[in-house]
Amino acid sequence: MRAFGSFLLVVAIAAAVGAPVLAPHAGDRSFRALLNAPPTVPHVRADDGSWHAPFIYRWTLVNQLEQRYEEDRSTRTALGWLTGGHLLESSDDERSPLFLLGADSYGRDVLSRLLFGARVSLGLAAVAALGALIIGASIGGLAGYAGGPIDDLLMRASDFVLVLPATYVALALRSVMKLVLEPRTVFLLLAAIFAVVGAPFIARGVRAIVRSERRLDYAVAATSLGAGHLRVLVRHLLPAARGFVMVQMTMLVPAFIIAEATLSYVGLGFPDPMASWGTMLHDASNVRVFADFPWLLSPAAAMFLVVFALNLVLERSNASIVPLVFLVGAQTRVPLKPDSAA
Amino acid sequence: MLTYLSRRLMFAAFLVFAVSSASLVLARLAPGDYVAESLGIEAHRETIEQARARYGLNQSIGAQYREWLGRVVRLDLGRSLLYDRPVGDLIPERAANTALLAVTALVLATVIGLPLGVVTGSRRGGVLPGAIRGASLVLLSMPPLLTSLFLIFIAARTGWMPIAGMRSAGATPTGITFDLLHHLIVPAGALALPLAATFERLQSQAMAQAIEEPFVLAAFARGVPRSRVVWRDALKAALRPVAAVYGLVVGTLLSGSFVVEVISAWPGLGQLMLDALRARDVYLVAGCAGAGAMFLAFGTLLSDAALALADPRVAEA
Repeated sequence: MRAFGSFLLVVAIAAAVGAPVLAPHAGDRSFRALLNAPPTVPHVRADDGSWHAPFIYRWTLVNQLEQRYEEDRSTRTALGWLTGGHLLESSDDERSPLFLLGADSYGRDVLSRLLFGARVSLGLAAVAALGALIIGASIGGLAGYAGGPIDDLLMRASDFVLVLPATYVALALRSVMKLVLEPRTVFLLLAAIFAVVGAPFIARGVRAIVRSERRLDYAVAATSLGAGHLRVLVRHLLPAARGFVMVQMTMLVPAFIIAEATLSYVGLGFPDPMASWGTMLHDASNVRVFADFPWLLSPAAAMFLVVFALNLVLERSNASIVPLVFLVGAQTRVPLKPDSAA
Repeated sequence: MLTYLSRRLMFAAFLVFAVSSASLVLARLAPGDYVAESLGIEAHRETIEQARARYGLNQSIGAQYREWLGRVVRLDLGRSLLYDRPVGDLIPERAANTALLAVTALVLATVIGLPLGVVTGSRRGGVLPGAIRGASLVLLSMPPLLTSLFLIFIAARTGWMPIAGMRSAGATPTGITFDLLHHLIVPAGALALPLAATFERLQSQAMAQAIEEPFVLAAFARGVPRSRVVWRDALKAALRPVAAVYGLVVGTLLSGSFVVEVISAWPGLGQLMLDALRARDVYLVAGCAGAGAMFLAFGTLLSDAALALADPRVAEA
């Protein structure tokens, strides 16, 4: 199962990295005549029973109001491999584009947006987790090493952040800024907010580990050999927390993916033409989507697969998978493991 | 014990105070204010100034905060600019809706999750525990955002239950009616499913540990029937770690219910807060945040008290 989880993760990362090649279209290219068009199915066999290289049929609009389409079975459109810099593309892109996951309400290819969106959503989560690591490890390391009033103050503060429901904190912090911002600014802003909200989870554990490791022989030896405080902390003590930190980051990533989706869903995330899994869900927030255009919900499926994969990877590690849902609501004081350090 | 609880109570009061103050100040610091958002860019300068003066938005942040604080002490939370109603009237009904949603979800999750956790925790192999474990692994990967989309998808496809809102048009507007319960299925289910999976996993771990305890082994050795040992003796020991989590779940419930409320149009605190934030309705933002913090404080207090009762060592720390 763990191997399957890792496999899914590799696929997701490859999809994000390879988006420009894998995606048949640009993320913001819209086909005005094909709003909400259903997925095109590649065929290898024509109606007369003859076999061909993979091809698709063109969608023709049957009902403008209901946006119903039918396959035009009279002409076949061949698919080309590696033409025009894309892995797989329709040979007649203007009139008969390849929509493996259908088109959205602006006539944009959902698959392409999903792939480009993976870059934004996964990238944001990874950057934010890294930020949480840096902030959390600094705070936790300082608190655990210094002890006394500094420790008290820092831990009180991070306890306070831990208690708050993360979604609300992120929401409140985000809405302090202007409602519409450049995509780049939004990316940095969200990453910073998530990092701050996620940091206490790391800080608590790192503090406990540093506190107990500090008294061990090797740390005392390093100090007596003349290593300065900073060197002892960074070179000797923090590496002891590596395993814990890795697990925590793996748990923060899905929480951040969901958080981005939530904020974008309510319109406080990325601005419109930008594709992220959250903005795609935002575009799909319409009752008709559920009944008639279910392919618009594919980012939800993608999110599920990534979170599921991370869960599978985490299942056997020391951390219980339990805190995940709590993290999504940002609540964890569930013991991660019988704390070696507490 | 009493000193411990009173200390926790102080923390709770501080939480409510700090959160609502911070949100008032944050909402004031945000660019644009209610007047600019609602009147639009074509309004006359004088109109804007008049409106600002009327709502008290022309004062400095410090002055406005002091005035707000003075009124809050007298339990007057100010007037919502967006709804033109006192915040003190607006919040209780919305908070009640959120509480209804959250409590239903919590009860559902407990009723589903705990027994299943006992089953998976007390047996090593077998088809049933394997299936339950798999199901909860899947559900753990579906936070409320995804479960609510999933349930709405099912509802829209089958038409078995309403997909949004809290009551049908024309239904009795108050009280717990069948119509209300029918509308509750999607949001409460969306909130309860991942939580149930969490409880299942927690209970399972606690149970697996409890079943190894010497007193449980002794009970087995004495020939007490297995089901009786599991459901009576081991369960009693395995409940404590799960109970410890309950108070903390409140925050999760609040975060989760925000998402669920927005997606399934449940008129709760989360929706209200979002509307208030968007419209820059400062007093309403502060009121919502304060109400949310009260939920939170209540939850943590409850779990602290329960923990202190279950394990007196906690209170001495």
